[in-house]
Amino acid sequence: MSMKKLGAGLLATTILAGTVASAQDVTLTIESWRNDDLLLWQDVIIPAFEANHPGIHVEFTPSAPAEYNAVLNSKLEAGSAGDLITCRPFDASLALYEDGHLADLSDLDAMANFSSVAQSAWQTDDGSATFCVPMASVIHGFIYNADAFAELGLEEPTTVDEFFAVLDAIEEDGGYIPMAMGVNDQWEAATMGYNNIGPNYWRGEEGRLALIAGEQSLTDEAWVAPYRQLARWGDYLGRGFEAQTYPDSQNLFTLGRAAIYPAGSWEITGFNAQADFAMGAFPPPVPNAGDECYISDHTDIAIGLNPASPNAEAARTFLEWVGSEEFATIYANALPGFFSLSNFDVAMEDPLAQEFVSWRGECNSTIRSTYQILSRGTPNLENDTWNASAQVIRGAESPEDAAARLQAGLASWYEPQQ
Amino acid sequence: MRKPPIRWHILVFLAPAVLVYTAIMIIPLFNTLRLALFDEVDRTRVFVGLDNFRTLFGDPLWSDAFLNALGNNFWFFLIHMLVQNPIGILLAAILSHPRLRFAALYRTAIFVPTILSFVIVGFAWKLILSPIWGIAPGMMDAVGLDDYFLPWLGLEGTALTTLALISVWQFVGIPMMLIYAALLSIPEEILEAGECDGITGAAAFWKIKLPLILPSIGIISILTFVGNFNAFDLIYAAQGALAGPDFSTDILGTFMYRTFFGFQLQLGDPHMGSAIASAMFAIILIGVCIYLFGIQTRMRRYQF
Repeated sequence: MSMKKLGAGLLATTILAGTVASAQDVTLTIESWRNDDLLLWQDVIIPAFEANHPGIHVEFTPSAPAEYNAVLNSKLEAGSAGDLITCRPFDASLALYEDGHLADLSDLDAMANFSSVAQSAWQTDDGSATFCVPMASVIHGFIYNADAFAELGLEEPTTVDEFFAVLDAIEEDGGYIPMAMGVNDQWEAATMGYNNIGPNYWRGEEGRLALIAGEQSLTDEAWVAPYRQLARWGDYLGRGFEAQTYPDSQNLFTLGRAAIYPAGSWEITGFNAQADFAMGAFPPPVPNAGDECYISDHTDIAIGLNPASPNAEAARTFLEWVGSEEFATIYANALPGFFSLSNFDVAMEDPLAQEFVSWRGECNSTIRSTYQILSRGTPNLENDTWNASAQVIRGAESPEDAAARLQAGLASWYEPQQ
Repeated sequence: MRKPPIRWHILVFLAPAVLVYTAIMIIPLFNTLRLALFDEVDRTRVFVGLDNFRTLFGDPLWSDAFLNALGNNFWFFLIHMLVQNPIGILLAAILSHPRLRFAALYRTAIFVPTILSFVIVGFAWKLILSPIWGIAPGMMDAVGLDDYFLPWLGLEGTALTTLALISVWQFVGIPMMLIYAALLSIPEEILEAGECDGITGAAAFWKIKLPLILPSIGIISILTFVGNFNAFDLIYAAQGALAGPDFSTDILGTFMYRTFFGFQLQLGDPHMGSAIASAMFAIILIGVCIYLFGIQTRMRRYQF
């Protein structure tokens, strides 16, 4: 009998010791598409977390942005995905939640630090469950070579006419390519083109929500006008822009060969490191002087919990920390250009990032028009917008034809547009 | 009379290959075909028969994309047949010339790209042809052809042909090696007998060597066909999954990838993806059958 008890006791202590030991050694892996940020996570963010949370190790394991969704879905299906999952906004994450690949995090204390708009990108349609902790948004606009502008005596344009006058002046001087963007990879045309300048025409949230409600259509003037402007861009993009890739454009700008770069604020870190000239930024120019301005302040990145994770407790601890002011400050300053979505008043040091975020005060914020609900069906509106924007800039399709094609595609499956 | 004993050693020797091949090829193949007959409705997988194929071939949305990819694929194959294989045969004929010096060097140099990764080839050529940093514009400038340089990979009319030629550059070593081996196996006596009858030089190639290497050319054609209709990597590495500009470089492989795994905001649809994969399988199967039953059985073989 005593032997049995002893055995049971030994067994119990072994199990206990085992659990204690494993609690000491939890390793959390993060799935992400931000492979550009690998060093920041390894050198700044993760050490800051681990310093206050002994026993939890965090590993950041990113994959290439264009492959992330496919890779992640395959990993989740196979059960080999990491504990924490970086969330794309809207439907990609919503589908993961509905398939049981993201846990409901509504009960997380840190959720109180985020406004409902910030949470909306990672909520069910009825808002009853939030499944990712919002991390950051990105703002669109134009970054320019301030030295080149000074050299040519140019001012930041505020209206579309001024914008094209500036482009003409740069073109005439001949020393710089007026604008650095290519259409080889297609997405820049839609993201830094159409969705960058568009909100000024469709009046931001007003037009976006009307489109979702079916009150406006993509063939309305407000939605075709941005394509008319894009069609004029082609003349200023430099020779061979048809085969110019995204990294080509980044390099053209940071090497000082191009004067203006249609940008997302996520470029700031890279540009600060690469460019050796002064940079400035201006928001998308408005059609007429005195118009109200709108910017794309896109909810871009969040982080959620894989329900299949064996380390859910430690992962929740990490997520609570992601929602804290400490994380918001570290992240916004480590990655200038990714602006915190939390309610904390985060102080940022980078002047270019400050410039971008200051537009939140002057202009109305909206998000990319194609992301919420409208890209749920086949054909996929976002992917079609890439194609249409690239075609319009290339001059291969007229703005009206492109808009009609998009509208037909959307109407083929989206009831409010039928 | 005693029954002959079961020859276990045959089973034992076949087993590893059969088991491995079944596990990693046959089972996934049939599983893909099976998956094509299902669809997901309200998060459960339901059997829908041939509905996915009806959508693929009947719905203009899908059939246009499919026919575009299929047409591009045929063009891709045609370029290989018209450029890669004749050049491969020509190179082999030159290499097998007994008086050619440094033959081993040329053979190796031409074959090396074949063992490079698609990704390296794709990126290297993208850089070579880049209108901004590439060496192609500079080289053309040096010989006064500057005006003829275009961003070929970015133009709808030229992108697919350019990619096909890049693929030809990469794989021309394979037909060259196969034909080279076939040419070397032609006995000297036959050629000498021809010489006695006055057939030498180019005539010897056309009248003696070419008929003797026809079976090899047949094999190369079918390998090219299967390889081209399964192609994916080069297009993906050079143009991305959206196979721009305006889907002009979209082939069945990239179309299947986009559908199966999804892309950006488009979510993956394994069932439609499997339907496309099954269609690809059928196309390749038909092509191979035409070759096997229509051509190979009629081909004359010579025993030396």
